[in-house]
Amino acid sequence: MTEIRYLRAINMALADAMAEDDTVVVFGEDVSEAGGSFGASRGLRDRFGPDRIFDTPISEAAIAGAAVGVAMSGLRPVIEIMFMDFITLTMDALVNQAAKARFMFGGQGSVPMVLRTPHGAGLGAGPQHSQCLEAWLAHVPGLKVVCPSDPASAYGLLRAAIRDPDPVIMVENKALYGMKAEVADELPVLPIGKAAILRRGKEVTLVSYGASVHICSAAAAQLEADGISAEVIDLRSLQPWDEATVLESLSSTHRLVVVHEAVEAFGPGAEIAARMADVGFDELDGPIVRVGAPFMPVPFSKALEGRYLPDAAKVVAAVRRTLA
Amino acid sequence: MSAKPMNTSRRAQAGKAVDLPALYKSMLLIRRTEERLATLFADGEVPGFIHLSIGQEAVSAGVMSNLTKADTIASTHRGHGHALAKGLSLEGFFSELLARREGLCQGRGGSMHVADMSVGMLGANGIVGAGLSIALGSALAHKRLRPGTIAVAFFGDGALAEGLLHETLNMAALWKLPLLFVCENNGWSEFLPSEKQIAFTLERLSAAYAIPYERVDGNDAEAVALRSREIIEAVRRSGPAVLECATVRVRGHFEGDAQKYRDRADLEDVAKVDPIMRCEAVLKKTRMSDEALQALDADVRSAIENAISVARAGQDPDFERAREDVYTPQGFASP
Repeated sequence: MTEIRYLRAINMALADAMAEDDTVVVFGEDVSEAGGSFGASRGLRDRFGPDRIFDTPISEAAIAGAAVGVAMSGLRPVIEIMFMDFITLTMDALVNQAAKARFMFGGQGSVPMVLRTPHGAGLGAGPQHSQCLEAWLAHVPGLKVVCPSDPASAYGLLRAAIRDPDPVIMVENKALYGMKAEVADELPVLPIGKAAILRRGKEVTLVSYGASVHICSAAAAQLEADGISAEVIDLRSLQPWDEATVLESLSSTHRLVVVHEAVEAFGPGAEIAARMADVGFDELDGPIVRVGAPFMPVPFSKALEGRYLPDAAKVVAAVRRTLA
Repeated sequence: MSAKPMNTSRRAQAGKAVDLPALYKSMLLIRRTEERLATLFADGEVPGFIHLSIGQEAVSAGVMSNLTKADTIASTHRGHGHALAKGLSLEGFFSELLARREGLCQGRGGSMHVADMSVGMLGANGIVGAGLSIALGSALAHKRLRPGTIAVAFFGDGALAEGLLHETLNMAALWKLPLLFVCENNGWSEFLPSEKQIAFTLERLSAAYAIPYERVDGNDAEAVALRSREIIEAVRRSGPAVLECATVRVRGHFEGDAQKYRDRADLEDVAKVDPIMRCEAVLKKTRMSDEALQALDADVRSAIENAISVARAGQDPDFERAREDVYTPQGFASP
């Protein structure tokens, strides 16, 4: 076992993928000489050279569009979009080109590209550098979306994303970049679409992904002190998401709370709750409760941002509501 | 800063002569195909929207005469000519436009999304300008994997107003990518003339990036073939170039567009510069008999009718098969 940070896990995954397959190329704003805005690609230029990892101008639309053309022409691009808020500028390439190419060209080929991007508030980055927009992407047929919660899953999901034949968006909560955890010496590649059960429990299932997983774990610990046993599921992937694991858990706990940092309205939790209300209807002993951000832009001031973000207390309150 | 002049004509003329009969045949195939598409569309056999390139065939025939199969192109919504000149199967093309399972895209794409990766045709595109950055990426991959191979981005004058053009020109110039920008300037952006939409010239824009620029009569197939030949050789060796082809739009923005916004005189003028008539006149004077021209036309028509018969005999696509193909079937390349 060794202890590594989340950001280091991403760096290792990029390096291992580039070493394994010389068609993997990395490009984006400041990824090469600077080693990434957050440092995710530090050292890769020295190791793999500027043909394998290179900086681009601040041209998000063309970065993403070029990734589509690169992927159609024999390389496997991994691009970085510096903040998830900036994916607005890449949407045509993602939604109309990458996502549809395989389908609309009759399965002639696929677009093996990865877009990495950080989301999440808590750093005072304000309304245009903090949003969690993953529901937009999970809504688009043809895209896959993963959102790792810890160093091991960051490594395993990024390796899987780079090997995947289809376009994958990896969303990384930037509040997790500094997170340290013990990991195995040989980190496994993790399957996209498979959730992990982090804590077994009997009375309620807490489903989340990314940084919110840790809020759920904290809430579960508090609930345990009060004699309430909560199961915690880390979805890891949003598209596809592991419906079977959630349903199985619901079938034993009979209560469900879905937690994410994205705005609650029309967020990923809406899909999970709707599916479980349908296929899990007979299992439910209480309302499915969602915990997400309120329907407002991410505010700047700590005084506002603190209220904005989901936390363990809100999850505990949601659990009490479904148990009531 | 001014665009670097390329002075292509003298050297090109010194090289191999243009195969005019081949250009003529390539244009005729596009013309006769689109004429049939117009009737098939009117008869309800071709669903959706189609955008015809009648009058613009010389650009496709001329540019593509200098490309290899490995070279890639990204096309537009008005892309039938690009597709056919790049060498798509005619049967696969018609089967696609008639929405058949046997179509190149299994009936999921249609006119605006027809593609054939096996001949380097990376797709028509329903989004104006979107092909620009796809071609940019393809050129990037060529440079790394297949030196000497190029990508061509076709776009209309309408795409001059898209911001992506700037991003793509800039990156192509910065990285000296083997990317040829071919602007088919037909003077119309949907229902508005270009002068009401565009405040600059592509020549001056190219100069801003120090990308070599050439303008050619896009209705003269021989001129397009000759000029693009040397430009393409330069792109293979040393980086991007812009070729603006001045052409005309004969039909409406889409089939069914009555073009009420357009002067009758303008529509009459476009007939006078018809690239096929012009090419035919040259061929008649120098090389080909009327009989030979008629025989060629008959061959083209017969190939088209055969492809239409094949398409008509095709089947509807299967819904479950389509639904299963949104993602690559698992078991391949996955952990």
